[in-house]
Amino acid sequence: MPDLQGLTSALQVGLGHYLGLSAILFSIGVLGVVFRRNALVMFMSVELMLTAVNLSLISFSRFLDDMHGHVMVLFVLAVAAAEAGVGLAILVEIFRKRDSVDVDEFRQLME
Amino acid sequence: MHESLLGWIVLLPLLGAAVNGLLGVRLPRPLVSAIGVGTVAASFVMSVMTFFAVKENGIVSSHLWTWIPIGDLSIELTFMADPLSAAMLLLVTGVGLLIHVYSTGYMHGDPSYHRFFSYLNLFVFSMLVLVSGDNLLLLFVGWEGVGLCSYLLIGFWFSEEANAKAGKKAFVVNRVGDFGFLIGMFLIVKTLAGQVEPGANLLAFDVIRQHIDLLVPVATAVGLLLFVGATGKSAQIPLYVWLPDAMAGPTPVSALIHAATMVTAGVYMVARLGFLYDVAPVAGTVIAVVGAATALLAASIALAQNDIKKVLAYSTVSQLGYMFLACGVGAYYIGMFHVFTHAFFKALLFLGAGSVIHSMHEEQDMRNMGGLRKYMPITFGTMAIATLAIAGVPPFSGFFSKDEILYYAFKQSPVLWGVGFVVAGMTAFYMARLMMMTFFGQPRMDEKTKSHLHESPLSMTVPLMILAVLSFAGGWMNIPEFIPGGDAKLHHWLEPSTSGDIFLADHGHGDAHGAELASDAEHGGEHGAEVAAHSTSTEWTLAISSAILALLGLGAGYVVYGKRVQIRSVAESAPSSGLRKVLENKWYVDEFYDATIIQPIRRLSDTVLWRFVDAVIIDGVLVNGVSRLIGVTGQLVRLVQNGLIRWYAYSFAAGVVVLLVYVARRING
Repeated sequence: MPDLQGLTSALQVGLGHYLGLSAILFSIGVLGVVFRRNALVMFMSVELMLTAVNLSLISFSRFLDDMHGHVMVLFVLAVAAAEAGVGLAILVEIFRKRDSVDVDEFRQLME
Repeated sequence: MHESLLGWIVLLPLLGAAVNGLLGVRLPRPLVSAIGVGTVAASFVMSVMTFFAVKENGIVSSHLWTWIPIGDLSIELTFMADPLSAAMLLLVTGVGLLIHVYSTGYMHGDPSYHRFFSYLNLFVFSMLVLVSGDNLLLLFVGWEGVGLCSYLLIGFWFSEEANAKAGKKAFVVNRVGDFGFLIGMFLIVKTLAGQVEPGANLLAFDVIRQHIDLLVPVATAVGLLLFVGATGKSAQIPLYVWLPDAMAGPTPVSALIHAATMVTAGVYMVARLGFLYDVAPVAGTVIAVVGAATALLAASIALAQNDIKKVLAYSTVSQLGYMFLACGVGAYYIGMFHVFTHAFFKALLFLGAGSVIHSMHEEQDMRNMGGLRKYMPITFGTMAIATLAIAGVPPFSGFFSKDEILYYAFKQSPVLWGVGFVVAGMTAFYMARLMMMTFFGQPRMDEKTKSHLHESPLSMTVPLMILAVLSFAGGWMNIPEFIPGGDAKLHHWLEPSTSGDIFLADHGHGDAHGAELASDAEHGGEHGAEVAAHSTSTEWTLAISSAILALLGLGAGYVVYGKRVQIRSVAESAPSSGLRKVLENKWYVDEFYDATIIQPIRRLSDTVLWRFVDAVIIDGVLVNGVSRLIGVTGQLVRLVQNGLIRWYAYSFAAGVVVLLVYVARRING
């Protein structure tokens, strides 16, 4: 008799899977921030990282049966929306002034 | 121990100094004089009362408060009068009082009159602390106090640069000696700490006396170190150079501080610790040799000086040498005896010189004087008495003390006696020279000065006359026993103090004489035996020969400077040469010190301390180094702040990874 129990548990999607996916998404986000020079892409990568965090929060909430995670995610979404609004506005302004969104060119504050 | 007036004796002059110093500028002069003279007079009266109390009770003391309680050590603020201190109290307040009175006349026209009396009172206060403190630290407080007053008074007329320099020199030279004194005290504390009952005042004279056995191993070192302090304060080789320069101060100061009282502090200290020097024969020998050498050197310089105060200054150094010679051979009370007689006649000589200088309008060069005895008979007469006293003509006071010193030196070593004998002859000679140049012969001053010559006012001549009586009769307080009727009063009076037996518990009060005999038998073996073995014929021979020598010296001075040498005024005299030039330049000792000590220190300060330590290390490495370090660090940190956002994010992410790895390893063990 095949080990049905083991097979089901192997196929079943558990907390680990969610967290793994979250980690992968987060890492992609980090790499995007670090290695891309286009401010818009970096911006999207940041959003990706936020989403990855949301995913892990939701997973914990689900598996630990605790609604705090949901609340947290709602807050993060709200903040992310606000941040996107402000950030995109800045990007648009920078592009208008400099005809570029390459972050390596924005170094005036250093001197 | 009996309650006493000691606290008031010491405190009153301090009050006088405070009032005159703080308010004197607003007070009328008669009031300033009254405060200055009155406080010292009151102290003198109380000192006389204390003297009789000591005579009755042995020791009187007044404990004010515990000054420094640290661990096992407890320094008390206690004033004490034993026979030695009581005698010194009388001397300091008595001579001090006379000089205060004299100063009211001498300083009459000075704009800083109140400042002078404030300093003078402060000096008397310090000196009283010095002689009545019951422990070495209190003695040292007074020791430093008189040093300070000496500095203030030498530089009293500080608008002249030379005076300010002389004050500074006195202070610095004294500090050199004080260093030795401090180390000596530390050594006593270090040796006694833990050995005696806790809470004892390790520096108190009675404690030192009671535990003298513990101190025997270090006695020589302690004795020599304390003597280093004495060479500074009492102007002995090699630290005597400040005293002649100290003559820059007003003449009453020279009389009070630099002749009669402060400079005898070293002798007092040695006599006070006589019991310590008894167990340190090597230190005693060193003191005797240094004393004799100083006496000889200073007397030779005095032979050729032309400044009247300089002659007296070197004479003082020379006489102090005599005192140390006596202390060094163990005859402490004779050293103190010479302190007393010297205080009388040297104060008189200085005050007389001050009277002359006053009359001559600040002229001090004897080559410009001459023939003054017609104009100033009282000054001349009193100074003549002092001259006979210092020369050692019997029955003047100096004869008795000097003769005793020579006798004890002879017992110890004929060489020391020989030096002392020669110095006695030189003393008589240079004093005769001083008198001849000042009071005899033709007047050599200019007409204007001559027309102003006058005898000094009563406030100055009365102290002169009192001191003249003391200079004449002061020696009679200790007529030696070999003279019929002599009873060596001072010797018996001081013996319990210098031997320290008065501090021993079993010493009965009011029984000084018996204790003295007992101490001779049991403790002071050497000196006791010496006293017992007084050889009358030797004493007579020595006494008569020194009396003859004194007369010969005076006569030679009279013949040479009265008849044979034509004294010329400064303007007419030719530059001197040969030995005379060497003596006039004081054996070039100041130049020698300048070349061997002062200039090397200057060069060291200039090249090493300033150009290297200060400029390179402190300015370069420390001050500028710190700022440069911060600058360089800033430059390095700046590289991190390059403005590249991706670089910041990368560092941030890398940091998180490192942190995560670290935490993970910690969790997994």
